[in-house]
Amino acid sequence: MAIDIDVEKRRGDRVIAVRFSAGPGLTALFGPSGAGKTSILAMVAGLLRPDRGHIRIGERTLFGDGIDLPPEVRRVGYVFQDGRLFPHRRVRANLTYGYDLAEPADRWMTLDEATLFLGIDHLLDRWPYTLSGGEAQRVAIGRALLAGPEILLMDEPLSSLDAARRGDIMTVIERIRDELKLPILYVSHDRAEVDRLATRVVEIGE
Amino acid sequence: MLSPEEWGIVALSLKVGGVAVLATLPIAFGLAWVLARYRFPGRVILDGLVHLPLVLPPVVTGWLLLIAFGPLGPAGRWLESWFGATLMFRWTGAALAAAIMALPLMVRAMRLSIEGIDRRLEGAARTLGASPWHSFWSVSLPLALPGILAALVLGFARSIGEFGATITFVSNIPGETRTLPLAIYSALQVPGGEAMVTRLALLSVLLSLGALILSEWLARRTHGGRQRHGD
Repeated sequence: MAIDIDVEKRRGDRVIAVRFSAGPGLTALFGPSGAGKTSILAMVAGLLRPDRGHIRIGERTLFGDGIDLPPEVRRVGYVFQDGRLFPHRRVRANLTYGYDLAEPADRWMTLDEATLFLGIDHLLDRWPYTLSGGEAQRVAIGRALLAGPEILLMDEPLSSLDAARRGDIMTVIERIRDELKLPILYVSHDRAEVDRLATRVVEIGE
Repeated sequence: MLSPEEWGIVALSLKVGGVAVLATLPIAFGLAWVLARYRFPGRVILDGLVHLPLVLPPVVTGWLLLIAFGPLGPAGRWLESWFGATLMFRWTGAALAAAIMALPLMVRAMRLSIEGIDRRLEGAARTLGASPWHSFWSVSLPLALPGILAALVLGFARSIGEFGATITFVSNIPGETRTLPLAIYSALQVPGGEAMVTRLALLSVLLSLGALILSEWLARRTHGGRQRHGD
């Protein structure tokens, strides 16, 4: 599945402009903090409106040519830096949130498959605030996968984790890339992380 | 304990307070939402109008209601011609006065909890397939719930304590508009009414204290353990 992005967005006195295409595998958006990498993911997800340009996934245009799909129909999974789990729902209800909303034909993973894949079946009845950083990030990944996305966006998913957990989650990300064959757009400012995970690297500079 | 007359006063107070608060709730929530989320011209004026009953002498609020809902007032004539109804000297009028006096407190409580919602959670809900409407019902509203409950309790306590606007607008009619504070006031005017005053006053203290403790407990739940950690 090809991803084709060409967007421009003015934020304050700064202009974020990026153009790239990416195939399967993990595409790292690499650059210093504050270069606008998160804004690019937000534009792909539909949470931020580009000033001009286009965003296409495969044959589908998400933005451009007069089209601006709302986030809920884009089928773009988003794993946020801080997990961003719903605090008023237990882990199980967090995981099924997007699954329940997805068209049955769009789902490609069940709750059982997701909990097995991520090793989180023992967490289902817990509240998000009781989870460690690594556990919360796994649940956040599961929640995104269960909504049946065509592409996964990950915004520095390792940044709040200690070294041991980082290795665990990197293994999970590699398995999403290689076993589930889900295209991933991955934002990072860490060279080692990108070297290990990325199929290709897009430099986001000043 | 209480005489049948006193029970009637309590029942009327609870009815007036309950109706006032439940009818005000959706309006107050809408105002709280708009004031918390939107910037628009006239926002400061709207904010001021909502808070006005909090600082205005209640007698003035009652007098303004009298002008608006009296037989010659615009709202009064409208109600009369469309529904054949009047609020003058009726318990419904007492409920309206109580509602207006409770509105600022209810808006404040809910606005705080709406402002406390992490809006990025709504964005997360959207990327998971939720329409704005569904995101509101499944994320925003449940997260604002402690504030809504606190607003109900505070508004109710304020309503059953309402005196000035009520007596000005709908007078002090036994069985119709004589709520707890009005009954205490009346009993004070009667020689030998001290025993009744004591009982009703004690009841008022208990009701108010209970409401305060309940709303404090609800507010605490907002900031308690259910918060997300991380940055």
